[in-house]
Amino acid sequence: MERILPFLAGLLACLALKAYAEAFPSTYQAPTGPPILLQNATVLTGDGQRLDNASVYLADGKVAWVGKGDVAAHARVVDATDQWVTPGLIDVHSHLGVYPSPGVAAHSDGNEATAPVTAEVWAEHSVWPQDPGFTRALAGGVTALQILPGSANLFGGRGVTLKNVPSISYQGMKFPDAPYGLKMACGENPKRVYGGRNQAPSTRMGNVAAYRSAWIRAQRYQADWDRYNEAVTDAAAAAEGDSSGASVASALLTNTPPRRNLELDTLAGALRGDILVHMHCYRADEMLTILDMAEEFGYRVGTFHHGVEAYKVADELASNGVCGALWADWWGFKIEAYDGIQENIALVDRPEGGCAIVHSDSDEGIQRLNQEAAKAMLRGNRAGLDIPPERAIRWITSNAAKSLGIDDQTGSLAAGKMADVVLWNQDPFSVYAKPLQVYIDGVLRFELGNPALNPQSDFELGQLLGATQ
Amino acid sequence: MKSTLKQWLMVATLLATMTVQAESLLITHGSVHIGDESAATVQDIYIEDGVIEAVSADLSALTADRIIDAGGRPVTPALFAGITALGLSEIGMVYEAVDSRLNELYTGLMHPEFDVRAAYNPHSSVVPITRVEGYGYTLLVAAPGDRTLSGQGSLVRFDGGFDSFEGDTSLFVNVDGYSGNKIGGSRAAHWMLLNSAFAELSVADDDLTLISARGKAALKSARRDGIFVFRANRASDILQTLAFVKEHELRAVISGAQEAWLVKEALAGTGVPVMINALDNLPGSFDALGARLDNAALLNEAGVTLLFTSGETHNARKLRQVAGSAVANGLPHGVAMAAMTSLPAEIFGGQPRMIAPGLRADLVIWSGDPLDVNAAADQVIIDGRLDSMKSRQTQLLERYLPSETGLGRAYINP
Repeated sequence: MERILPFLAGLLACLALKAYAEAFPSTYQAPTGPPILLQNATVLTGDGQRLDNASVYLADGKVAWVGKGDVAAHARVVDATDQWVTPGLIDVHSHLGVYPSPGVAAHSDGNEATAPVTAEVWAEHSVWPQDPGFTRALAGGVTALQILPGSANLFGGRGVTLKNVPSISYQGMKFPDAPYGLKMACGENPKRVYGGRNQAPSTRMGNVAAYRSAWIRAQRYQADWDRYNEAVTDAAAAAEGDSSGASVASALLTNTPPRRNLELDTLAGALRGDILVHMHCYRADEMLTILDMAEEFGYRVGTFHHGVEAYKVADELASNGVCGALWADWWGFKIEAYDGIQENIALVDRPEGGCAIVHSDSDEGIQRLNQEAAKAMLRGNRAGLDIPPERAIRWITSNAAKSLGIDDQTGSLAAGKMADVVLWNQDPFSVYAKPLQVYIDGVLRFELGNPALNPQSDFELGQLLGATQ
Repeated sequence: MKSTLKQWLMVATLLATMTVQAESLLITHGSVHIGDESAATVQDIYIEDGVIEAVSADLSALTADRIIDAGGRPVTPALFAGITALGLSEIGMVYEAVDSRLNELYTGLMHPEFDVRAAYNPHSSVVPITRVEGYGYTLLVAAPGDRTLSGQGSLVRFDGGFDSFEGDTSLFVNVDGYSGNKIGGSRAAHWMLLNSAFAELSVADDDLTLISARGKAALKSARRDGIFVFRANRASDILQTLAFVKEHELRAVISGAQEAWLVKEALAGTGVPVMINALDNLPGSFDALGARLDNAALLNEAGVTLLFTSGETHNARKLRQVAGSAVANGLPHGVAMAAMTSLPAEIFGGQPRMIAPGLRADLVIWSGDPLDVNAAADQVIIDGRLDSMKSRQTQLLERYLPSETGLGRAYINP
């Protein structure tokens, strides 16, 4: 019996660990390159600073310094006079890969629209890495992006954050150690999709009832695991100590692990705060309902997406620490988008602690997040809010990083952060602005006009060769 | 010297002809884009009773009911908003408030006589929301429905009139792969049906099978006096369209045209203009494998006439960003300005949209380059009158901008 005790303890520990083993891990590794010095640029750091005639030094895949510092002899020096430098842009709401180009029916992989609660699906399992949209977004300066499931369902599934690097697999793009997102949806879409089939939910109250029922199941699931893990810990402690073998065996028998459930794994992860909640929600009143529900179940809403009425509850969003990921000017395509105004982003940015983000939800918009931010900045300034470029750039860099839980790693040019950087031909807040160079982890991944640094997807290779020229 | 004398003479003539009742407006020091491809010059503009009476470097001797100092800001004709369902679609997915397409009609016939102008509503909130952004007119679309011929529309001016239609009847025809798949399973079915429908123009009314007698009359009239707007993107579809246009002697434009650069010589040779969305650069379908950002620049270099359309209705105001993007990718700024102002009116037969004496005063004063996202319309002028610059959206802003709310925002009524 004494020999069997350590074995039992090991077995118990194993069972506990197994439930949380990492699935589909990232295989992304940045190649190493020489240090880079971007010299004499106008630098927007992403966290609110503007530095004129400043330099940015990238070494070992990280931002080494901004302003002044030591430069290695073998560093590549880029004269950035009259040019601008910003952090790599981040889109918190993209469907690249899950609704790729070409948009044929068999590529429509973004909505598992067969049940209103599908928290068990993961967007990454739908991502087609050959979507040409990734390369276009790179040319627009996007270095990281979250791919989300669509909004047909109340719980659409897990979103995944990617580095915008070409790869054969999504694992090769997966942002190392980024938390998962949970896509949820308010309002018209779920009730239209399921109500249209005479299923629940067919109303907004049906939406809320179904969210709450799911959270109740997730709470129970979490409690089952908590009890089990506690018992395992107790049993292991007993095995280590002086207890009789009989009590260990009994503990083992009574502590068969709860049955693992993919749907509830994700929901429980959101309740624990390991998975960040991204909530598609247009109307102000619905956002407040959702905030109350989050309070009821003790979880946090990380970001409201689309939120065309977010400006009506900007103070509430700020005081709850919730970001608003918004469009500059979309409105009117459905009635819950009827009250959209172009000052939305600027008004969400206004209160102390406001967290405004420009998102795309579009394979076109993701290519010009800088222009979308420019439009929002212009409207804010015309409404009398004072929004300089160094503030507006946060909407597509550091605030987006915060929403994705990667702000300790990227989203600004602070020393030690990933060297995700865009060099622009001019002030980026213009239709004429273009990224000249895009670095990801210090590696030059795109260069304007340089065919060797314009990646092309397999799909686009060899097209249009049929006609005689 | 000569021009100064000329200006004085013009001013003197104006002073002599001014009546006390006339409503007059003087815009000074505008950086005036007159609506063609030429660069802007600093000019004053004098407007009386909705008509531009003088454009000159110095009209300071004139008085007017109202004088606006543009202070060097750009002044342009009010812009073209592209092909839209403005006034036909209040909310995209509220289908009872959308009137731009013909669908599920019981007849089974093609209906070229379907005319969306009968459904136009100037009170739609989308009209002022678009107007305050510097837009003065649009081409009303008969959107792709379930028939090869989608129906007809025309230009409409955003002056608030219930019947402010202008120009030629525009007949919309969809010949892209998406439509082909829905109608007859093949884009060849489009050409089969279109050829058959045109053949029925010389068939007795009693023997018609694809169109009604009224449809026949409408198609005849459109062929005689109207203009056909073919939607096509693939290079081969564009060439097929050009051949059809030639065979039936149609006046036509091609919208979409994502692969137009591949057949630019053929387009230039026929003089058929194209209407593109200069943001299209993805192979969104197998019709658009050749989509690229410099489509506009390449077409212009080849001598093809260009217009822009975004495919948006509610966000039609985005069109100047579309044009700006074409400029960012090699199209001369002046060419884009003409395409956004006077050229659509010229092609679709509307009133001239230029800043020149004798023309109607639909103008905009801008805070900066009208094609850039960092500028906006400061003042829209329609018919020589200052627009209120109010829309449902500006009023929502006024309601939610103040931080003190008192009894609540429902009591803030701008």
